[in-house]
Amino acid sequence: MSDVSLLWSYLSEEPLIWLTATLVAYLIGDAISKACNRNPLTNPVLIAVLLLAGVLYLTATPYQRYFEGAQFVHFLLGPATVALAVPLYANLVRVRKSLVPMMCALFAGSITAMGSALGIGWMLGLDRAMLLALAPKSATAPVAMGVSQSIGGSPTLTAVLVILTGIIGAITVTPLLNALRVKDWRARGFAVGVAAHGLGTARAFQVNETAGIFSGIGMGLNAILTALLAPLIVSLI
Amino acid sequence: MILHFATLLIFQLIGEVLSRTFLPILPGPVLGLALILIFFIGFPKAAAAIHPTATGLLAHLSLLFVPAGVGVVGHLDLISSAGPALIATLFGSTVLAIAVGALTFEGLAKWMGQPDE
Repeated sequence: MSDVSLLWSYLSEEPLIWLTATLVAYLIGDAISKACNRNPLTNPVLIAVLLLAGVLYLTATPYQRYFEGAQFVHFLLGPATVALAVPLYANLVRVRKSLVPMMCALFAGSITAMGSALGIGWMLGLDRAMLLALAPKSATAPVAMGVSQSIGGSPTLTAVLVILTGIIGAITVTPLLNALRVKDWRARGFAVGVAAHGLGTARAFQVNETAGIFSGIGMGLNAILTALLAPLIVSLI
Repeated sequence: MILHFATLLIFQLIGEVLSRTFLPILPGPVLGLALILIFFIGFPKAAAAIHPTATGLLAHLSLLFVPAGVGVVGHLDLISSAGPALIATLFGSTVLAIAVGALTFEGLAKWMGQPDE
């Protein structure tokens, strides 16, 4: 028994075990999602996160130690964002052709995302600190955290709200847009990229390549627009 | 493959430097995306060469959000005071933003006669 606990205390200090756990948890989440025909409720990120949170809790592992292993995966978010330029370039003609609907959808979606968060939150009695952290929630995490700080919110709180928004968007987009009978994959992808950043884009790539490409564009453009508009919209409250 | 991955990292690095020096409102990777797109327009062959590496990376974009997602679980106490009202706000606002964005895009594309080919 003491051999096992010695081995565990060695392994749990090493990045290897938590990197492996992250990949395995994702593979389990992805397998469940595939087995359920990509049913949006079986979101692979959500399943993997819940599994890992359970394991960390049961083994009393602090997040910092987990992250020493998981950071190798987390790091790839940067190059993956740059890589979004590749499918975007391959579809440049199509993107240029839909420039007007795209720009109008960007402004409509972005202003709705910020305005409705403030409006609904205010009606439900959220305090001012929470409203400030909520305003940039649809933008990609680093932008949202920077915006939150500049308008007087808490960046850590915003990071939590950004991830929750992404998961909610990834789960609701398919049933919502089916119910609204939106069939244009460009529109479906773009809207979820604007409202639910990279997690929405990951979901869009799962469903349809065109949706994924337009979702990546939506995410990038909303990062810019949120940074520009959030201070203006927040000054109204 | 290493060359292509290095190219992505180099553009992220340039983006990171620009973000720190001139454009603090935009994160390095987003600037890197814009710069590499301009690079592809000048050198179309580079885009074709990087294509397999980039699609490989993007095929499992979901995986890359897992560590941040696990981090959120540890910070749920930050939102517990606001609990149900906050979840209702996130839900309502996200659903509204997706619906408004998608209907605007599709409606205008139809009205202007620009269906997807």
